[in-house]
Amino acid sequence: MKQLKILVKPVFLLLAVPVLTMLAGCSDKIAVLNPQGPVARSQYHLIIWSLIMMSIVLAIVLILFIYVLARFGRKNSGGYDPKDTGNRKLEIVWMIVPVIICILLAVPTVKTLFELNHPPKATAVAAKSAEKTLTIDVTSVQWKWLFRYPDQRIETVNYVVIPAGTPVKFRLHAYDAMNAFWVPELGGQQYTMTDMPMKLWLQADKPGTYQGRSSNYSGKGFAHMTFKVMARSATDFDNWVRDVKNNEPALTHEKYMKLLKPNTVKPQAFASYPEIVAKDYNKAQMDAYMNGESVGNDSMHGMDMSDDSGEGGKSND
Amino acid sequence: MIDSVKSFLGWFFVTGDPMIYGADASIALVSIGIVAVLTYFKKWKWLWNEWLTTVDHKKIGIMYIIAALLMLFRGGMDALMMRAQLTLPNMHFLDAEHYNQVFTTHGTIMIIFVAMPFIFGLMNIAVPLQIGARDVAYPFLNALSFWLFFFGAMLFNLSFVIGGSPDAGWSSYAPYAGAEMNPGVGQNYYLIGVQISGIGSLATGINFLVTILKMRAPGMTLFKMPMFTWSILITSVIVVFAFPAFTVALALMTIDRLFGAHFFTIAAGGSPMLWANLFWFWGHPEVYIVLLPVFGIFSEVIATFAHKTLFGYAVMVWSMVAISVLSFITWLHHFFTMGNTAPVNAFFSISTMLIAIPTGVKIFNWLFTLNKGRIQFTTPMLWALAFIPNFTIGGVTGVMLAMAPADYQYHNSYFLVAHFHSTLIAGTVFGIFCGLHYWWPKMFGYMLDEVKGKWSFWIFMISFNICFMPMYFLGLMGMTRRMYTYPAGLGWTPINVVMSIGAAGMGIGFALMAYNIVWSAVRGKKDTTGDPWNGRTLEWATASPAAEYNFAHIPEIKSRDAFAAMKEARAAGHAETVPPYKAIHMPNNTGIPVIMSAFMFIAGFGFVFEWYWMGIPGLIGVVACMIARSFVYDDHHYIPVEKVKQTEAATGRLS
Repeated sequence: MKQLKILVKPVFLLLAVPVLTMLAGCSDKIAVLNPQGPVARSQYHLIIWSLIMMSIVLAIVLILFIYVLARFGRKNSGGYDPKDTGNRKLEIVWMIVPVIICILLAVPTVKTLFELNHPPKATAVAAKSAEKTLTIDVTSVQWKWLFRYPDQRIETVNYVVIPAGTPVKFRLHAYDAMNAFWVPELGGQQYTMTDMPMKLWLQADKPGTYQGRSSNYSGKGFAHMTFKVMARSATDFDNWVRDVKNNEPALTHEKYMKLLKPNTVKPQAFASYPEIVAKDYNKAQMDAYMNGESVGNDSMHGMDMSDDSGEGGKSND
Repeated sequence: MIDSVKSFLGWFFVTGDPMIYGADASIALVSIGIVAVLTYFKKWKWLWNEWLTTVDHKKIGIMYIIAALLMLFRGGMDALMMRAQLTLPNMHFLDAEHYNQVFTTHGTIMIIFVAMPFIFGLMNIAVPLQIGARDVAYPFLNALSFWLFFFGAMLFNLSFVIGGSPDAGWSSYAPYAGAEMNPGVGQNYYLIGVQISGIGSLATGINFLVTILKMRAPGMTLFKMPMFTWSILITSVIVVFAFPAFTVALALMTIDRLFGAHFFTIAAGGSPMLWANLFWFWGHPEVYIVLLPVFGIFSEVIATFAHKTLFGYAVMVWSMVAISVLSFITWLHHFFTMGNTAPVNAFFSISTMLIAIPTGVKIFNWLFTLNKGRIQFTTPMLWALAFIPNFTIGGVTGVMLAMAPADYQYHNSYFLVAHFHSTLIAGTVFGIFCGLHYWWPKMFGYMLDEVKGKWSFWIFMISFNICFMPMYFLGLMGMTRRMYTYPAGLGWTPINVVMSIGAAGMGIGFALMAYNIVWSAVRGKKDTTGDPWNGRTLEWATASPAAEYNFAHIPEIKSRDAFAAMKEARAAGHAETVPPYKAIHMPNNTGIPVIMSAFMFIAGFGFVFEWYWMGIPGLIGVVACMIARSFVYDDHHYIPVEKVKQTEAATGRLS
């Protein structure tokens, strides 16, 4: 009976693997397994590939595990051999097999890593109000997301509208605490940091609304630090930009300073923003600026990781 | 005047939450109860002479384990509170601030005040016995290590009721953990409490490194050592190299917070990323500090209950050495998403995957130890067997996380949380429970009940799977760690409910184990042989519990599995000649470690509140203790031959 009990769980786990694969196929609730853009899709392929390889490994271990327990776990089972203390050949085999598996995983990993440096291929005609690619400056503030459109000169809070089929370059900044910018259906995350601007290329296949959130803990309001990414067709995007410019209020210096205070706010949009917003000051720099001190020297910038060379940071100073 | 006293008290004590008041009351009651019982039974002197001043590695090990079990209870309560809060969307069981404190203390306590001290406890008990030594190399330092850990843990736990708990996560990332965004004393508690116990950990690493290298019984070459001792040797090396980085990081952040420096701040050129680097340069090897020893425990237990020598001994050793080297070149995989260039991420992706190779080799060697064995399903064996499939799941998901572009999707999500619980629970926790059941008779001279032990195993292990397997899917659905609540309608609710049921089951399993400990203390089967499991290594060659001096005669070692070989020789009828006893040289008990650590506690408490009038005298007390110790010349004694004879006769070994 004892042996039977031992077998229950591994068998259950063996069943779990196909269940997992099935879930991967059909549920749209599982955001990571439901990619809606080229970046998320390349990561999805990598995930599925690794899942297959790892399922094989797990299956081998489980089969061996069940075999040895079933065969040698019984009382009076034959074949007891206390002299069986090593086998060089076998040991070499199970050293080489994982090496091969590692190589099979490492090659696509490195390939994808380098690919993600570059913008994905556009799949739609660019919007009139945008270039072939769109750049958006993202700033995390305790506990909200600010999105600045440097070319359109508008600003949104806690939601961002992008043209579908166009590569969007998000340049990431943090005002105070570190956060991470994550839209699982469109692609993996990247941290926002105070001293190191970073970039993240994302692109949506088709119009739709995608949930984004901060994935790095930043204090009391962290759980509410969510935002919507709305992908629109090129014309809808143009209309939206025009609409914001015509109907939304301007972001004044005063309002901006209010937004920088730690709290949670509703989604909002602004037809324009003051020059200071474009400087992407962090909290220390902003404090220095407000006190009339020099900003640049006092808080030394780290690396700028937001360029596309993939060669690493260039100093900001 | 009264108002200012009132406002001080309101700031000093954590107020406003009925649960905290409940905790205040229970802490007060338990303290009064302990004092009353000790006084009533006139046990103060016994406590001081037998325990507080002891330098006996076996007693220190027991104290480590008691403290770690208490901390496990506290960390487990934190976990249950978090699961209660997350069971349903938009719950109001805990508010955001309270939840943030709870997950911070859960992580810190489980790693630093449960996993490590539990392992230190088991190695204190088993290693000197396994290598045939009479104590560790530095018994005084060993006691000091324990008391530093103990008072560090007490200081950290005090934050719960006095001043407020830390809330920046166990990884305490800058800049959020800095003074500007995180004022108050909570983070100071974290920095100083962990620092004090970290000094003890570093000393333990040095102590066991020297003990294993210098104090092995004659004939025990390195490659004749038991596998657990090997794992502790390698772990000690990792401790010695990894902990200084953490010590420095904690010190720098303390200087930032207390004295306004700018190592990790946003302003004045501070680099928050530097903290992440320093923290994980310790933090990743730390993972192996709590894993390699349990690999050692599993090796012992699987060999014992398969009734075979460990399969591929040399490969087992070298794979641990490989893991220890690799563990120092993978730290960056904890922040693949912090703006590293592709070549950097590629390097750390591959270095991380490489760890899977030696680990996989070990898994297969364990499986082949079982192969052609005669497997006996005791409670420790069940924990060891369950480790293999469960830990493999944690291992393969670890490889998935190692692939940087895929990690962009897993990072900080519940997929990651599930992964490290799969490794830390199925590895470390199963391992320490395994070791606890295995060495219990050696520690106390009686067995833990097998039936209750097996029940607690099955409940805990099945509940663990119910709690953590669904968590992988939750992560892929986009739920991130450290969220105190979540909205309805995302499809997360059913999974969270299932996980909370699993967590409750783990609580029940642990409670049953605690009950088993109490029950067995009263009714447990006595172990009169010293060798209840038909063990293979030297710790089973002496009485249970072992005498103060461990071995009346230091054994001569001729092969691996020394005790199994001795038993075979005996069975083959080789007569052993018992040479005459000699007086045994042993270290004296000393009160300095506990007093010195108490001064450290006082100093630490002072620095937490930035009360330098208290902190500086505390440090002076520490230095005074060091000076006092350096003038102690009478630090050892000899156990006379008569006494040795008596003790040996009492255990029935002198016939």
